[in-house]
Amino acid sequence: MEQKTKINAEDGKQELVITREFDLPLELLFKAHVEPDIIEQWMGTKVLKLENKKHGSYQFETTDPKGNKHGFNGTIHEFVPNQKITRTFEMENTPFGVQLEFLEFERLTDDTSKINIHTIFKSVALRDQILKLPFAQGINMAHNRIQNIVSKLK
Amino acid sequence: MNLRRDVFQAIADPTRRAILLLVASQSMSAGAIASNFDTARPTVSKHLQILTECELLKQEQSGREIYYLINAKKMKEVADFIEPFRKMWDDRFNKLETIMKKYSRQSR
Repeated sequence: MEQKTKINAEDGKQELVITREFDLPLELLFKAHVEPDIIEQWMGTKVLKLENKKHGSYQFETTDPKGNKHGFNGTIHEFVPNQKITRTFEMENTPFGVQLEFLEFERLTDDTSKINIHTIFKSVALRDQILKLPFAQGINMAHNRIQNIVSKLK
Repeated sequence: MNLRRDVFQAIADPTRRAILLLVASQSMSAGAIASNFDTARPTVSKHLQILTECELLKQEQSGREIYYLINAKKMKEVADFIEPFRKMWDDRFNKLETIMKKYSRQSR
């Protein structure tokens, strides 16, 4: 199976790197991270506020299948079009605390590009907990895709 | 969830990872495993106990010796714990790619 999206989470480190190459020009990849209506489509979240500038901030909100709303927010520290976004990220009303994200956008060819998301957590334990969230949700939801993944391995 | 957290704690230790690698190729007695490490025998025993409690290792009696072998099923679970997280991002990025391809066709 081809793995387009790669996760690098070394043992004992409070950081995480997500990389992915796209069949998209750099400008379109970057645009997908700054246009609220586009973010809403691929992130599956509502964009309540998004100020794409240094000292700007953002607020997202998702609604889970039970109808509960979950808020996310952060502050933008660096904003360089088609190059990088440095921002904080926090899940509201959770014990996970704030994390620091470095998003780097890179042109590979005229039609391909790459994103590198380097995330730093407050502690190794918190990183591991957050990494396990989709895994835990998979266990809680009877018909979640984790079961498909597991059944494929059998 | 407690049991799962234990599994990840178990593999966070370098000696325990080395034990798993060692036993992965063939089942071994506690003595044979310990002989591969400079660590004191009781320390190795403790590691074996933790790995067994987490079900990463299975014990098999053979004559007077207890042999340790790897529990492949459990190992698979551990290897995959990051997979749902990766898959979540992969799904998002696949969507992003599809949306932007459509977007670029519309804007031309």
